[in-house]
Order: sequence, then C-alpha cells, then structure tokens
Amino acid sequence: MAEPAQEGSGFNIHPMDQFVVKPLFGDGPISWYTPTNATMWMALTVLAITLVLVVGSRGRALVPSRGQSMAEMLYGFTRKMVEDVAGKEGLKYFPYVLTLFTFILFANLLALIPTSFSVTSHIAVTAVLALAVFFTVTAIGFVKHGAAFLGLFWVTSAPLPLRPVLAVIEIISYFVRPVSHSIRLAGNLMAGHAVLKVFAGFAGALGAGAVLPIVAITAIYGLELLVACIQAYVFAILTVVYLNDALHPSH
Amino acid sequence: MEGNIAEMGQFIGAGLACIGMGGAGIGVGHVAGNFLSGALRNPAAAGEQTATLFIGIAFAEALGIFSFLVALLLMFAV
Repeated sequence: MAEPAQEGSGFNIHPMDQFVVKPLFGDGPISWYTPTNATMWMALTVLAITLVLVVGSRGRALVPSRGQSMAEMLYGFTRKMVEDVAGKEGLKYFPYVLTLFTFILFANLLALIPTSFSVTSHIAVTAVLALAVFFTVTAIGFVKHGAAFLGLFWVTSAPLPLRPVLAVIEIISYFVRPVSHSIRLAGNLMAGHAVLKVFAGFAGALGAGAVLPIVAITAIYGLELLVACIQAYVFAILTVVYLNDALHPSH
Repeated sequence: MEGNIAEMGQFIGAGLACIGMGGAGIGVGHVAGNFLSGALRNPAAAGEQTATLFIGIAFAEALGIFSFLVALLLMFAV
C-alpha cells in the first residue's frame, strides 16, 4: 500500500479516495441492498436521462425547442450509428444501444460535477454492462445462425493450413472482448478523475498562489469532458460492431 | 530511508508498467495521423470513416489502459 502523503503540506487529498463506495445512511457494513452513493448516482443518471428524453420530447413541436432538439439529436445520432454499422437488421436492437449509450454518457457527465461519485469508473459497473453485451450478442448469434455462427472463428478467406491458428486467435480475441470493453471505460474514467484529484492535491498544497495547478485542472477538465463523450460513444459503437459480427458472422 | 524490499519492487514495477502507456500513445497517434493524412487527400470520404477512426483509437488505447491497470493493481491492490 502507498503511504499517506507528508503531513503539514496543506490538506492531503488521496487521489483514490473519491472512488470509495459509502453507504448513504450511517456507516454500517455494505450488503447488496444497502443504498450507497453509487446507487444514488445511478438513480440520478436515470433521472437525468428521463428528464432529457421524456420531458424533452413531450411537446412534439414541429419546430423543436432547445430541449426537444437535444433529445432528437441524441436519438437520431444513435440510430444513424446503429444503421451505418449493423445495417437495417441492427435497428431491431437499437433501443438497447440507446439505453447503453445514454446511461454511460449521462453517468460520465454527472461524474464530472465536483464532489460527485463516478459510477462508470468502477469495474464492477462496466463489467456488468460489458458482460450483458457479450452474452446478448452471443445469444443473438446462435439464435440467428445456429452452429453457423461458429464460422466467425473459421476464417474461410485465409489459406487452409493457417485456419486452425487463426481460429485459436479469433476465439481468444472473442473472449477478451468483455474484458477490454469494460476496462477501457472504467480505466479511462478512473485515470481521468485520479489525475484531476492529483492536481487538486497540488493546488491544495500550494494554497492561494496555486495558479498553475488551477489552470492545469481547467484544461484537464475540458479534456475529461471530451473523454466522457468519446468513451460513451466508443462503448456504444463497439456494442454495435459486436452486434454486427453476430448478425453477419461471415468474414 | 527504510522500508521493505517488496514495496520497492511494487513502485518500480508500477513505474515500469507505465512504459506501456507510451506504446498506446504511439498507437493512437499513428491511427489519428494516418486518418488525417487520408482525410486531407480525400475530404469527401472522411466523414463516413470517423466511426472507424474511433474504433481504431479505442483498440489502440485499450492496451495502454491495461498497462495503467497493472500499475494501479501494483500500487493499491497487491
């Protein structure tokens, strides 16, 4: 374990303290039903999505208001992404992709509010999302194509002696998918928030004259805003790519 | 200057693991740079390929994130 920082240097901020899951009421042991700060921020995420999508599209005006236009853009953007990558058949699974995309996007953005809790920086959360995608996509592949889905691992465009080797590589890369899918999101978010806290620690140590750390925090915050959107997009588009593999398994 | 040798190994290992992030940086730069040079040659086709760009960046970046994860595990979990 890393030792705590030297005493007497302003206030000490440990960069990993922000990721601690705490119960909302009291500080008893945490079981699966205990409402924690993670529960609260996930609920707030769902609430924010509901506000933007349901309240935004309530008016159904021909000339959209600001809120309606935001909801329409979010919907249209995701729909176009699914259609471009997975084709017309993929649109059947568009609601799932929209759910994933909006949940991760809003969780990432809410995590950027100072003193909030970043839900998606926990591997437990992203792993469940990624495993759900993995099992769904595998099930869709087998239901749609039966045993022919295994053709995904048998690269017919390669020379015959190479195919068993490629099959091993393809199978490994298939099973690594949920790992990289979940760790990419959690790692990016965790790294970004830890960096913000490290610079906040510098600012705390320097006190009132901390111009440089504050400028750095502002710049990194902007970068994190970009990362929050890009990672949500990447998670959603990889879901669609995997879905496309299941719908059209031939290489 | 005291402490045990296992802790020293953890810190050195975490530092070494961070070298992997440089590789991810090279990879992401390569993807983005090649995209840009292609996009400047044929700007009309660039718009449709941004999804591919982000997928490529995501794959290249994942490996850097893995090394970051190894560093974090060494620092806080081992």
